[in-house]
Amino acid sequence: MTDSAPERVLEVRDLKVHFPVMAGALVRRQVGSVKAVDGVSFDVRRSETLGLVGESGCGKSTTGLAVLKMLDITSGQVIFEGEDISDHDRARMRPIRRRMQMVYQDPFGSLNPRMKVAEIVGEPLEVHGMAGDRAAYRERVASLLDMVGLLPDMADRYPHEFSGGQRQRIGIARALALEPTLIICDEPVSALDVSIQAQVVNLFQDLQERLGLTYIFIAHDLAVVRHISHRIAVMYLGRIVEIASSSELYGSPLHPYTEALLAAIPIPDPAIEATRPQQIITGEVPSAMRPPPGCRFHTRCPRVMDVCRSVDPPMRDMGGGRAVACHLHGA
Amino acid sequence: MGVPLLSVRGLSTEFRTERGTVKAVDDVSFDLAAGETLAIVGESGSGKSVTAMSILRLIPDPPGRIATGEVVFDGRDLLKLEDHEIRSIRGNRIAMIFQEPMSSLNPSLTIGLQIAEPINLHRKTPWAAAMDMAAELLARVRLPDARSRLRSYPHQFSGGMRQRAMIAMALACQPQLIIADEPTTALDVTVQAQILALLKEVTRAVNSALILITHDLGVVARYADRVCVMYGGRIVEAGPAREIYARPRHPYTIGLMASVPRLDQAAGSRLMPIDGQPPNLANLPPGCAFAPRCRHATDLCRAERPALASSGPEHHSACHYHDRLSA
Ligand SMILES: Nc1ncnc2c1ncn2[C@@H]1O[C@H](COP(=O)(O)OP(=O)(O)OP(=O)(O)O)[C@@H](O)[C@H]1O
Ligand SMILES: Nc1ncnc2c1ncn2[C@@H]1O[C@H](COP(=O)(O)OP(=O)(O)OP(=O)(O)O)[C@@H](O)[C@H]1O
Ligand code: SF4
Ligand code: SF4
Ligand SMILES: [Mg+2]
Ligand SMILES: [Mg+2]
Repeated sequence: MTDSAPERVLEVRDLKVHFPVMAGALVRRQVGSVKAVDGVSFDVRRSETLGLVGESGCGKSTTGLAVLKMLDITSGQVIFEGEDISDHDRARMRPIRRRMQMVYQDPFGSLNPRMKVAEIVGEPLEVHGMAGDRAAYRERVASLLDMVGLLPDMADRYPHEFSGGQRQRIGIARALALEPTLIICDEPVSALDVSIQAQVVNLFQDLQERLGLTYIFIAHDLAVVRHISHRIAVMYLGRIVEIASSSELYGSPLHPYTEALLAAIPIPDPAIEATRPQQIITGEVPSAMRPPPGCRFHTRCPRVMDVCRSVDPPMRDMGGGRAVACHLHGA
Repeated sequence: MGVPLLSVRGLSTEFRTERGTVKAVDDVSFDLAAGETLAIVGESGSGKSVTAMSILRLIPDPPGRIATGEVVFDGRDLLKLEDHEIRSIRGNRIAMIFQEPMSSLNPSLTIGLQIAEPINLHRKTPWAAAMDMAAELLARVRLPDARSRLRSYPHQFSGGMRQRAMIAMALACQPQLIIADEPTTALDVTVQAQILALLKEVTRAVNSALILITHDLGVVARYADRVCVMYGGRIVEAGPAREIYARPRHPYTIGLMASVPRLDQAAGSRLMPIDGQPPNLANLPPGCAFAPRCRHATDLCRAERPALASSGPEHHSACHYHDRLSA
């Protein structure tokens, strides 16, 4: 028997998503485009959690939505369980949708206010004909609610009756209903208090172990990301700048942006915080309409060199599954 | 503290539902001085947002109702003002940054218009100048291409960009009190640090006050002067931030601190949530609301509701055994 490499659930190749920017009061014309995702490649293996972190607006949610084909891809490829879905239309996506779910960043915008919680959570089961008889259905919904720490009597309430964190858990229960292969979690725990966050993170890990789920986990809380992810990709302005195992990334970050990100994590201890220098990367946040030439981080990089201003550093394989795009780490 | 800028006294807010009356906020009191930052932390559903919305009288009625209490701001009880009076305070002297940007941004208006509107309305600034200020504010919350982004609609913004647009809106009229409900949950740590530094700077510049609702205990540690911990609609612990971290005096706070994932912990290890379910606010137990989940609970706890009692310098805890706990 040979030891085969773990199977890839998802392969993303040079993905680009550009949004047109229009102007003009009467005649609308395109004046440019926001290069939200601008050449992103990565793989995710079965039962793996890939963390996706980076500055607000750098293209994380857009990457997630593009992988699910909920946005038009400008160019590049998305291969899900061996099938190239880059050019699939809605109809061809339908059977695949069941196996790919998303937990959304903004729970308010993504829950139907006219549906009761039980209906919201159970709807995917009905849509995909997995509802079973009445009793089985009720039981399944109740167990989904219980999994995410909601009380059974909450099933008959409407979303507006819940707090922000409770709504987020409804979204998670809904995504889990179909037991999909891949779940893209977009800030799934950032609306939750730390104790419930801990419950949900443990829940994600249990489900992964039990059902072999694969996750892309987008989040800003780097302690949580490190906790749950096997590997982490760091994005900056539409690109991945570093990808490594969690322990390597946190232990020895290679890219200066990763370093800056790790240095900015607040520590839950006022005594330490009072004496710690506030390390904030400065400089103008560059435009995703006109990304800087050369290295995209060069306008803010504390270690910028001449070459960085003109030459775009390619992604370099550093071995052991680690890669970085920075001239400091040349061949 | 001299005369506080804001003084909340005995505030109770409830919702009438089919399942009974939900006591979302139950007898909450706190003071806030100009220049001060107060953090409110606590479990999801513990009444943090409802407290904030009650201060500005934004509770939907029905089903909600502010049952009792006073909210004295700058000498006047906001709960007694006429509707037009509270409207002239909202977004002007007190600004609120809402937890879910999409619920308070109008999806069919451009971001620029939504930021310029309060400036035009409250400050009587002409539209063109208000738009210029909107662009400036967007740049201050670190939005790239601020000027051309004025014409964007909310759905064209990322989650964190929407949150920053809300913050820009809140800063527009230089309010004396900013209530920020999870203002940075959608932001990465570097932008978060910039935004919180900006909020601090703005509050310092005009000596205003900040209520920071957050569950990020790292953020609390870095930015808050004082902390209120809520559980089941009540304040269960309050005190200076340093005190609370060094000597938490309520079992819920102790559990909260223990459930934070830390970078110095082994990756992949189990986190330690507080076991059990949050209380049912329509049917609270007679004694301590935390008793069913508390490992120190006794018969006394189950029978008698503990009052907030002094537990150190400026430190209060609502636990029968506050003086016998150690973290
Ligand atoms: N319109 C409503 N109708 C009925 N119940 C409500 C309504 N709005 C809020 N509640 C209830 O009031 C309680 C307090 O909610 P609140 O939004 O203040 O929680 P929170 O502490 O802000 O939580 P989170 O951290 O999750 O945002 C919750 O149990 C919620 O279910
Ligand atoms: N529908 C759209 N139309 C135009 N621009 C868009 C659209 N959706 C996203 N963008 C832009 O694409 C860029 C990336 O957005 P995205 O939502 O992917 O960021 P993100 O990394 O998820 O950020 P955050 O952490 O703030 O959620 C932003 O500049 C955003 O304004
Ligand atoms: S390539 Fe140059 S500018 Fe870019 S991150 Fe590396 S050192 Fe900094
Ligand atoms: S009063 Fe009793 S049950 Fe409540 S927190 Fe204190 S020890 Fe626990
Ligand atoms: Mg996003
Ligand atoms: Mg809230």
